Amino acid sequence: MGDFFTVSVLVATLASGIRLATPFLLAGLGETIGQRSGVLNLGVEGVMLLGAFTAYYVTLETDSPTLGILAAVMAGLMMGLVYAFITLVMQAEQGISGIGIYLFGLGFTDLLFQKNVGTPIPISGLGDIDIPLLSEIPKIGEVFFQHSLPVYIAFALVPVVWFMINKTTFGLNIRAVGETPEAADTLGVSVNGTRLITILIANTMACLAGAALALEVGIFQQNLTAGQGFIAIALVYFGAWRSYGVMLGALLFGVVQATVLQWKTLGIVEGATASLAAMAPALLTIVVLVIVSRRVAAPSALTRPFDRSG
Amino acid sequence: MTMPKTSADVGSIRSSALVRPFVALAVPLAAVAVAFTIGAIMLLALGANPIDGYAALLDGAFGGWNELADTAIKSAPLLLVGVGICIAFRAGVINIGGEGQIIVGAIFSTVVALALPDLPRIFLVPLVLIGGAIGGGIWGAIPGALKAYAGVNEILSTIMMNIIAAQFLSFLLQDLLTDKASGAIKIQQTERLSENADLPLLPGDTRLHLGVIIAVFVAMLGYVLLFRSALGVRLRAVGHNANASRYAGMPVKRSIVQALAFSGACAGIAGAVLVFGSESHRLIAEGGASGFTQSAGFNGIVAALFGSLHPLATIPASFFFGGMLTGGIALQQELQVPAALIVALNGIVVLFVVSSLKLRSRLTAWAESPGTGFTQVETDREPTVPRAEDSLLASTARPPGSSAPSAPNEGDD
Amino acid sequence: MKASKSRAIASAAAAFALVASACGSDDAADEPAAEPPAETEAATDEPAAEPAAEPMKVGIVAPSAENDLAWSQSMFDSVNRVGEGRDIEVAISGGLFVVEDAAAALRGYAEDGFDLVIAHGTQFGGPLQEIADDFPEVAFALGTSTDFFGKDNIFAYSVDAGQGGYVNGVMAAQLTASNVIGVVGPVPAGDAKLYIDGFVAGAEAQNPDAEVNVNYIDSFGDVQLASEAAKAHVANGADVLTGTAQMVVGATGVAAEEGIPWFGTQSNQTDLGSDIVVSSQVYHWEIVLEQMLDKINAGTLGGEAFVISFENMGLEMEYNDGFGLDADVRASADATVAGISDGTIEVPAGE
Repeated sequence: MGDFFTVSVLVATLASGIRLATPFLLAGLGETIGQRSGVLNLGVEGVMLLGAFTAYYVTLETDSPTLGILAAVMAGLMMGLVYAFITLVMQAEQGISGIGIYLFGLGFTDLLFQKNVGTPIPISGLGDIDIPLLSEIPKIGEVFFQHSLPVYIAFALVPVVWFMINKTTFGLNIRAVGETPEAADTLGVSVNGTRLITILIANTMACLAGAALALEVGIFQQNLTAGQGFIAIALVYFGAWRSYGVMLGALLFGVVQATVLQWKTLGIVEGATASLAAMAPALLTIVVLVIVSRRVAAPSALTRPFDRSG
Repeated sequence: MTMPKTSADVGSIRSSALVRPFVALAVPLAAVAVAFTIGAIMLLALGANPIDGYAALLDGAFGGWNELADTAIKSAPLLLVGVGICIAFRAGVINIGGEGQIIVGAIFSTVVALALPDLPRIFLVPLVLIGGAIGGGIWGAIPGALKAYAGVNEILSTIMMNIIAAQFLSFLLQDLLTDKASGAIKIQQTERLSENADLPLLPGDTRLHLGVIIAVFVAMLGYVLLFRSALGVRLRAVGHNANASRYAGMPVKRSIVQALAFSGACAGIAGAVLVFGSESHRLIAEGGASGFTQSAGFNGIVAALFGSLHPLATIPASFFFGGMLTGGIALQQELQVPAALIVALNGIVVLFVVSSLKLRSRLTAWAESPGTGFTQVETDREPTVPRAEDSLLASTARPPGSSAPSAPNEGDD
Repeated sequence: MKASKSRAIASAAAAFALVASACGSDDAADEPAAEPPAETEAATDEPAAEPAAEPMKVGIVAPSAENDLAWSQSMFDSVNRVGEGRDIEVAISGGLFVVEDAAAALRGYAEDGFDLVIAHGTQFGGPLQEIADDFPEVAFALGTSTDFFGKDNIFAYSVDAGQGGYVNGVMAAQLTASNVIGVVGPVPAGDAKLYIDGFVAGAEAQNPDAEVNVNYIDSFGDVQLASEAAKAHVANGADVLTGTAQMVVGATGVAAEEGIPWFGTQSNQTDLGSDIVVSSQVYHWEIVLEQMLDKINAGTLGGEAFVISFENMGLEMEYNDGFGLDADVRASADATVAGISDGTIEVPAGE
């Protein structure tokens, strides 16, 4: 265990934790916005996969990760329109439509990959960007300021999302629509219009999360996200629908994962015990939530379609 | 009396008795047809012949006694999980933990079989099923308790419990429960479990086994529990309006735990059926837990909602979904397209059907309202105000994050 | 709940109607699905002028995609290589990690009169025992397995993956300057464990000071975890990496990014990093497939176990010319291969 507590290993572990947290964070922030407005999307995993594949494929063909990210954003907007149609117009049951999106995303991305790419071909990812000056700080610099662009974007979005929800009119509309849509409607706020925008945002961010993942590992594969979308949804609840809470949850999960990984590398846990250790992130998430135990309200209108006729 | 506001007010409107069942069936079927059309386009894009493919799918799912048996076997876990979902959702709890509950149920039942291999079949089979129910029940009760007593949202806890269960399975199958006989090539599976625990085959020359009967039996039990018992009334009341139930003196917290426990128990039985009805009669985790759960924990949710959260309707819904899954394999073999297409197709079917359900209730309401050709004068029907009643999902059985419009908090039930 | 009840009854009625109509069409026992068309990716010869033998039909059931550059691809490539010299029809069902679905596929191919049905996954052994009994006229193959369960229509095949692992380990120990080597594996089972155990043994035999850290990430598919595991190795000073299973593409990405030499297995992994892949242990299943097909033609449908190894040319080290491997290291590798082949070097089996 002594090996683990060397500075260099700890630094590497924290940096790894931040990298692991990024997809959760991006997808979780998007889902938070959606849920604040009353829309649940259980299919985040499928949307992430679609974003990941889009980014991967476009980058593969054009050799430009930037174009890949842009393509993923477009994919997110398209998926957002689809989900908005399903949820707002057809008023489908949100839990189930989410599972449908998940299955579709999982199968469709695998299918496209098999047909258009086949054998995995690596792509060039986004390089790390060292923030001038800050990255020079010994240790701290390595942990926080030597990451790739999506990581910075993800964490920068945390205060942005907070600001948007709490300090802007649009944010006020989101919250109103999520809590008491009937009242908001009588006050002239377009419930479905607001939800349309939040759905677009949520899906775009989920696609971005997938893109970040694909660009970071530099490849695509069937089920690349391996459950991260569901974890992101869980973290929304962990974070009590607040962007800082989601960030803390993502970091908790990511850092614990990184720690377990490091312990396995160092041989601190091995063999079958390593499987037990791998439970740690999930267990800890529950434990922390129990300890902290704030009873925070869900948005009251969560999962209820808005129907003006009654 | 002034202008009638609803058909009930008139007291004398009757819809053709066929309208409701017709719409109830026609709309989802149309949705499936649209979904399959999209699938056909995808197949054409892949250079495959959709006609051959769908013929193979139907044949592989329903084309003969063996195929029907395979479909029924595939549907059994879906039905079991689905019944559990009916119970949970109607009590107002979202249970996404089916996968984990299946796993723990399977583990418990496997341990029973490993511990008592020589027990006569007539005892061992029920015991492993009970073991499965207990394992799954515990794994469901934990998130239930966490929600009721610690305010932990069940979507979070059930997702996390899935992860924990999968890791636990991996742990057990690396050493403790592993088949020692496999020699130098280690593999994550148990030994061939006691033959006395094999689910007996049903008469006839197929692979149909007792698990199918058990699933239907549990569905009937679920129906009785939900709609014919005091406990069921309580659970549904809590699901409908937790706060009102509390004011009425119902034990809300206990009900939440019970709902998730029952839900988990059903999934746990599915786990036992998956292990002891399988061809290999082992618990296998090679390549991941979903290698043996078949994602029934998720697919069961779909089946339950296709069945409108009614345990008996979940029977045909699971059969249909099971047919799609079974037929999908035949389609893949016929057309040699990537199996991923089947997964995507299933997703599209789910999307279209679930989108069509609201449309269905609107159509039913429209068809049953006075003025359309389907109605005559004379009734004893309940009012056909669309939202509250037809939309079973929206009002009574809605997976909650909210209880009722005026109810404040989700955390303190 | 009157509404739902009637709906329930209606849907039940419709479903049973559907079922009943389907039942009416075909009562015969095992009416198989229509013949799968031949997927002739293998170049099949024109039938010879003399009495043309029917092309043999070979079906493969695999747990992952056939182009995963790993386990399943190895078999798919091998069958295709066989097809270059023989007249065979190939059909494949990949991505069947659900064991019961794979069982259904195995039955499907057997029912369709395939001559050889390959169950390419150890976990398929359980159901295969039952299936083989139902189709005594069909030859099955199961891998990785040394056990054919006493059936006379199952061939078992396995791979001495530890051998190539050993060779890779010997090279890795020479290439490392920091004396820290990193290994990323899935689960300690199957050929992955054989390979890794061999690798560790080879590295330690070559250089007792080398520290080989093995990380089994507990998943076959989590690419990001494999990537982070590789980064954790790098953070620990590893300057040579290896790994196995299909999530390994995550680790090779890290190796490529950091310019760290990579040793591959199961298939030729040069495409994953043309600058950094040193060598790959390639599985040549065709060695044993040919034997199986010959035996089937002669009337033996199973009852034997095969192994591919250096001795029988079933394993081959393929080197990446783009890497620029030091001639001495290469020579030592060749010598190791020779030594293993003739038995002078023994690859210890891991525990």
